[in-house]
Amino acid sequence: MLDLAKHSSIGAALEEAVQVFAKETCLIEADREREKERLSYAEFGKRALPLARALAEGGFAGGDRASIIMTNQSKWLISAYAIFYSGGVLVPLDYKLTPAEHWQLLEHSGAKVLITEYPIWRQLSASPARASAGGVQTVLVSEAPANADLSGAQRWEAFRNENAAPVLVSREREDLACIVYSSGTGGRPKGCMMTHENYLEQCVALTSLYPFWPGLRYLSILPTNHAIDFMVGFFGPFTCGACVVHLRTLRPEFVREAFTKYKITYVSLVPLVLKNLQKGLQARFDELPPGKRRIFRSLVAVNRLSTKAHPRLWLSRRLLKQVHAAFGGELQAIIVGGAFTEPETLQFFYDLGIPVANGYGLTEAGTAITVNDLRPFRPDTVGKPLPGMEVKIVDPAPDGVGEVWVRSKTVMSGYLNDPELTAETIVDGWLRTGDLGRFDRQGHLHLSGRKKNMIVTEEGKNIYPEDIESVFESLPVKEFCVFAANYVWPKRSMVGEQLILAIRLESNQAFDDELRQDVSRRNSRLLNYKRIHGIVVCGEDFPRTASLKIKRNDLAARLAQLDREQAILPL
Amino acid sequence: MPTLENTTQEVLTLAEKHFNLAPGSLSPDDDFFKKLGIDSLQTLELLSRLESHFQIELPDYEVQGVSDFKTLAERIQSRL
Repeated sequence: MLDLAKHSSIGAALEEAVQVFAKETCLIEADREREKERLSYAEFGKRALPLARALAEGGFAGGDRASIIMTNQSKWLISAYAIFYSGGVLVPLDYKLTPAEHWQLLEHSGAKVLITEYPIWRQLSASPARASAGGVQTVLVSEAPANADLSGAQRWEAFRNENAAPVLVSREREDLACIVYSSGTGGRPKGCMMTHENYLEQCVALTSLYPFWPGLRYLSILPTNHAIDFMVGFFGPFTCGACVVHLRTLRPEFVREAFTKYKITYVSLVPLVLKNLQKGLQARFDELPPGKRRIFRSLVAVNRLSTKAHPRLWLSRRLLKQVHAAFGGELQAIIVGGAFTEPETLQFFYDLGIPVANGYGLTEAGTAITVNDLRPFRPDTVGKPLPGMEVKIVDPAPDGVGEVWVRSKTVMSGYLNDPELTAETIVDGWLRTGDLGRFDRQGHLHLSGRKKNMIVTEEGKNIYPEDIESVFESLPVKEFCVFAANYVWPKRSMVGEQLILAIRLESNQAFDDELRQDVSRRNSRLLNYKRIHGIVVCGEDFPRTASLKIKRNDLAARLAQLDREQAILPL
Repeated sequence: MPTLENTTQEVLTLAEKHFNLAPGSLSPDDDFFKKLGIDSLQTLELLSRLESHFQIELPDYEVQGVSDFKTLAERIQSRL
């Protein structure tokens, strides 16, 4: 691994990686069964530098912001390197957002440059919201058909001058490296300002537990804009000379094939996908003839016993050969993140000899705060704090549960353009996570709920009530407000979180079927994971501030007086 | 070659069968995420079924952001 202590920026570290690991393979891109691209580090550098030069010639200077909206592919990483090389600030956006949401965040971030793919650009350029984002001056579009109308954009592929030799624009450790949106597309955008130091420090901490090396192959499935994939599917492997494999399709049949074809070492998944994988495997085990099933169960039991203290991959691969062969035979661990993973899912894979590296993190904290070190495997916890992380439990209840606060060189410098929210979130250098937890005697963190008004789905999506309230605007009631049910009625659970709609009826109004159906209709306009699960009718007007904003905390406290089960009316 | 209307109707019929819905319960402008309440994995399954029916290849990135049957049918039509 490179010595990151000597580098002050992501760009400088990547530049050294390109030189030191020049002959190693850094990127493989496959579309279904076809391999489309295989680049060495040297070739990666040759692709990125002409783009960096073009950016500089177009007036892009150190500190300027450039956004990438792309699916997982080699051009994502090449573009990111070009931006960092030019001293730019990367704004990675989730390609799954709507065009209106994309333009909103592009405008909020102050991006001058947008790098995207043709199918996405086709929708972005046609969106009426484009007019509201005047700051984007340059758009580079990849993979556009020959006769495509680019609506003022340039072709990404046009910048292939092999002789381009721009100079690395140096940045300091405390300079902004990325603006990462942790949420807030519908309401208050939360643009986490991440510095170069945040990433350099996080990379050292993570690779001390889960190292990368030349020849290692990481399968990139989580979107690269996500903090986890950015770290373990780009910066982490690149600082160690490892290889990242991108698939242009996420159809399960091709993902399965990629494991065996490319002998994958690590993959990151969200809990929802991991659970689906578990279901699929369990169904196959259940189909085994009774005799074979008994033998299989015995082997699983032996493996469980043998790996109690720590993983023994060589043994697990022999005991459960067929299972491991299906994953390519070289899988070291599945990294799971984005949301809480249920202990039984973790145990299921560990018993098969496939360690699942779970942990706990927030974009605001620079990816991971705690990680399970597997010594021993503890499915009931989210692991121990990473090196360099100070974690404390504030105002603990008698059972030790309190709010988790974090202090580290990896914590963001604040929310973009939102000093008020920054001041609420970072207090004396401590990041208030809004999550509740406790430490056990072995120093493992147990999460047990949230203090903040939001939910996290199994797909790793953070949903804030403010982001979905617009769908209920003009609902024929006196007033309404959306809450996370566990925020109103604190519950010691990180799974099955739900949103509720609190309403106050007009004085002469009754809660009837017509109103219920109206709420249902509006609810169905939301994506399934954003939908509310019930309605609570309030007996009093909502408490409001002098400027007539709803005092959410006071209203939640009032609702908490009601019995949860009785108060929540089904839709 | 079938018309766009025919393709759209075939897409709707296949989606109804795939998700066990009554014939005629889906329409071209329906947002399939919202109407069916499906997640991205279930959408990929539907795409695989449509591909084998129409005998085309529909890259994930080509249908990225598409959420209604009409646009989906247009993307399929352009590859027939």
